[in-house]
Amino acid sequence: MSRFSLTVNGQSHTVDADPDCPLLYVLRDTLALNNPRFGCGLGQCGACTVIVDHHAVRSCRIPVSSAAGRPIGTLDGLGTPEHPHPIQQAFIDEQAFQCGYCLNGWVMTAKALLDGNPHPSEEEIRRAFQGLICRCGSHVGILAAVRRASGHQA
Amino acid sequence: MAHHVTRREFVKRGGGLLVGFSLIDGSVAPRLLASTPRDSQAAEDPSAPPDSPSRLDAWLRVDPDGLVHVFTGKVEIGMGVETAFAQIIAEELDVPVSHVRFVMGDTAQTPDQGGVGGSTSVSNGAKPLRNVAASARAMLLQAAAPQLGADPAQLEVRDGIIINPAHPATRVSYGAVAGRADLHEILQVTGAGFSLNVEGAGTPKDPSTYRVVGTSVPRVDIAPKVLGTFRYVTDVRVPGMLHGRVIRPPATGAHLVRVNDEPARRIQGYVRTVVKHDFVGVLADTEWGAIKASQAVDLTWSEPAANLPSHDSLYTWMRQATPKASRQTLPHGPSTSAGAGDVESALSLASSRVEASYEFPFQSHATMGPGCAVADVREGQATIWSGAQKPHALRKGIAELIDMPIEHVRIVWVEDSGSYGRPGFEDAAADAVLLSQAAGRPVRVQWMRADMTAWGAKGPAVVCDLAAALDEHREVTAVRFTSRAFSGGEILYQPSTGDNFLAARLTGVPNTSSVDEFVSWGGQTPAYAFPNVQSIAHVVASLYDGPSPLRTSHLRDPEGPAASFAVESFIDEVAAASGVDPIALRLKWIKEPRAQAVLQAAAEKAGWQSRPSPAGHARNSAGDVLKGRGVALGTRNGTYVGTIAEVDVNRRTGALRVTRFVCAHDCGLIVNPGALTRTIQANLVQSLSRAVHEEVAFDDRTVTSVDWRTYPIARMADVPPTVDIVLINHPELPPGGAGEPSSRPTAAAIANAVFDATGVRMRRAPLTAARVKAALA
Repeated sequence: MSRFSLTVNGQSHTVDADPDCPLLYVLRDTLALNNPRFGCGLGQCGACTVIVDHHAVRSCRIPVSSAAGRPIGTLDGLGTPEHPHPIQQAFIDEQAFQCGYCLNGWVMTAKALLDGNPHPSEEEIRRAFQGLICRCGSHVGILAAVRRASGHQA
Repeated sequence: MAHHVTRREFVKRGGGLLVGFSLIDGSVAPRLLASTPRDSQAAEDPSAPPDSPSRLDAWLRVDPDGLVHVFTGKVEIGMGVETAFAQIIAEELDVPVSHVRFVMGDTAQTPDQGGVGGSTSVSNGAKPLRNVAASARAMLLQAAAPQLGADPAQLEVRDGIIINPAHPATRVSYGAVAGRADLHEILQVTGAGFSLNVEGAGTPKDPSTYRVVGTSVPRVDIAPKVLGTFRYVTDVRVPGMLHGRVIRPPATGAHLVRVNDEPARRIQGYVRTVVKHDFVGVLADTEWGAIKASQAVDLTWSEPAANLPSHDSLYTWMRQATPKASRQTLPHGPSTSAGAGDVESALSLASSRVEASYEFPFQSHATMGPGCAVADVREGQATIWSGAQKPHALRKGIAELIDMPIEHVRIVWVEDSGSYGRPGFEDAAADAVLLSQAAGRPVRVQWMRADMTAWGAKGPAVVCDLAAALDEHREVTAVRFTSRAFSGGEILYQPSTGDNFLAARLTGVPNTSSVDEFVSWGGQTPAYAFPNVQSIAHVVASLYDGPSPLRTSHLRDPEGPAASFAVESFIDEVAAASGVDPIALRLKWIKEPRAQAVLQAAAEKAGWQSRPSPAGHARNSAGDVLKGRGVALGTRNGTYVGTIAEVDVNRRTGALRVTRFVCAHDCGLIVNPGALTRTIQANLVQSLSRAVHEEVAFDDRTVTSVDWRTYPIARMADVPPTVDIVLINHPELPPGGAGEPSSRPTAAAIANAVFDATGVRMRRAPLTAARVKAALA
């Protein structure tokens, strides 16, 4: 066990954890930040995606020790029910999902994509999401939401 | 009717279960919080059992704020049924949709409606809800009438406010009169499970007056999910909870010989290893501790002989196996007349014949969340938090598994990822129950990816052989359909028996509750009215009779995609052999007007040019990419789907790309066109995935599809640039099912488009690039 300082959505937390413990379990079990979701534990599906240093990363694959001291963003920190982030609003407007278990990965990957490239082409959107899984097949709605969000982001 | 434990009995016997666990953040799901009014009101009533489905207030209560709390045994599995229900309740009561709250699937608080299955939630499951809401409205108006100085029949309701139209200022809210209304009204109960219905004093509205049903109300669960405030079952945590992981045998038939947990004891937080015959679970204080300990514990397994045929020989094995059960079925509908059964003579007298065989593999539910449950089994009581889609059946199954009176078992349903049948969420619940029982503490079991993809129940492999007789005018005179399939009922779709759980099998319990389910013409396929039709269905025995990763159960639209892949490809082959357009042939032989209408609507939207397949450009085209179009029809319990796929096939690589789907869909009255459209779109992508990617691989020992690399599914690159949905609304008909029907025709539509493009017929699914390339060579 070691002690780590994590900055999540601008808030500092001190946690005791095994250094090789994936960030995912610290966020979920220690900090009760539930939106990064366990899908595979193998970095193959993206349900656990968080943003570290402005990059969408798979929290099931990065040890807590390497995330310490770097800014971590989760879905909880994106917007609030009163003031949804424009990307969240676009996904709501498009009613983009079925069960929504995977949506954390899509929304956070959309955030990372549009922060770096506010007006991606169709090809760029599809490429950015090729590493994500949606078992329900909600892709048509997701594409519509990302297009909508890219139109809204100046 | 199943015996219902009264709310009071339950409180008496195990009241602590109802209130004994708080959640770490106090907000598991809005639905759980919504249970408060009923919890607080129900216990004191002296008369009828408060949770009997014959009581109106077992289904619906109105609180003083005017919020309407509805208690249903149906659950949300991601297709928007909660919103559809809210619309139906809001319509009958004239309250805003936002005033309707649900408790879903909590076995201590909801009627047993059979859970979710068969695309019946709206078609059947909403009936009692509609009737209950209509009766509640009648009771509320009756209670308000004296105060408003009018007959109940004269009163109007707007947004939950009852108004006397003769004196519009005279009004009272539902909330204010709810205390006086007789919501204990005794209802007439008919049916059980999926068909449970109740009727009371109120008459539901005439559908032609609907204002809320039929509109695209935003789904009530989408915004909380996107905003991150929604809680899934994976987020349930209870005090004193341990984390569990299960370890499955390395091969079918392998038995545990020796357990050495010495290496696990060095893992921080490790508690113990639970062993029961071949069932193994590891417990730890932390999730990471449980994962590491499960990897560290040293298990020695026996090395059994190879128990499975090789994957390559699966279909040969199925054809050679002596069927364990067979059923000859006559065709449905008008084709039962005029000489049905003379198929053999028609085939022998035919001027020409078309014969073909089609193969569809085992497929995995491979749910997005691999399966999770929390169980607390202590002091003769069991509470299980699970996202399984049939919670009341799960309650029975768990009671049987641990030999506990059912009254002492409670399932608290909390949404999991989309389940699409019986994926294994039920098995995860059983795992958690056994581990909690052994530990004497609450246990959360989270399956790892391989536990679901490799060890979850499978959709069965299906082989279909078809033969058609054509006369000298190339008209069809007879069709013979023969299926060979593993039973979708090897594991019951209702998890209501203890012996079906994987954990039970691993602890040595034999499976005695399997049923044979048959794949038949007109059952999972359209029933074309050819003059003679014979349908013969064989069920073949499981590949391995013990606890097997290839045990089979219901996967979305059980056997529909497999059987319709065969029949709808075959109809295309017949059309090609007859030199006629594939839609024209279908319109000639399918007699149901609604089936004809979806084909015509899809054709119109797609700009379908009438001509036979193949397109004929395969030989002449200079480029690598060949284009084609294909159609298929899906019929399922009164829902009709016509799907057209347009494809690009790269003849050098075999890569197949669906460039456009057009899907015309008729499920009777449409409750929510927006949500329906999204569900059909998702159905198309998921069934495309099953058609071109999904196949459970195995060697002679076990399943080797363990993750998303070894069990690939559709990703963004597979998604067609254009997906056109044509909704056909029938307000004069009751609403039908929409969760599964549009999964049915997709595979055949794609295969038919590949034939149109290339002239090559693909008869084995999935249509992987390697398979298409080999076929084109």
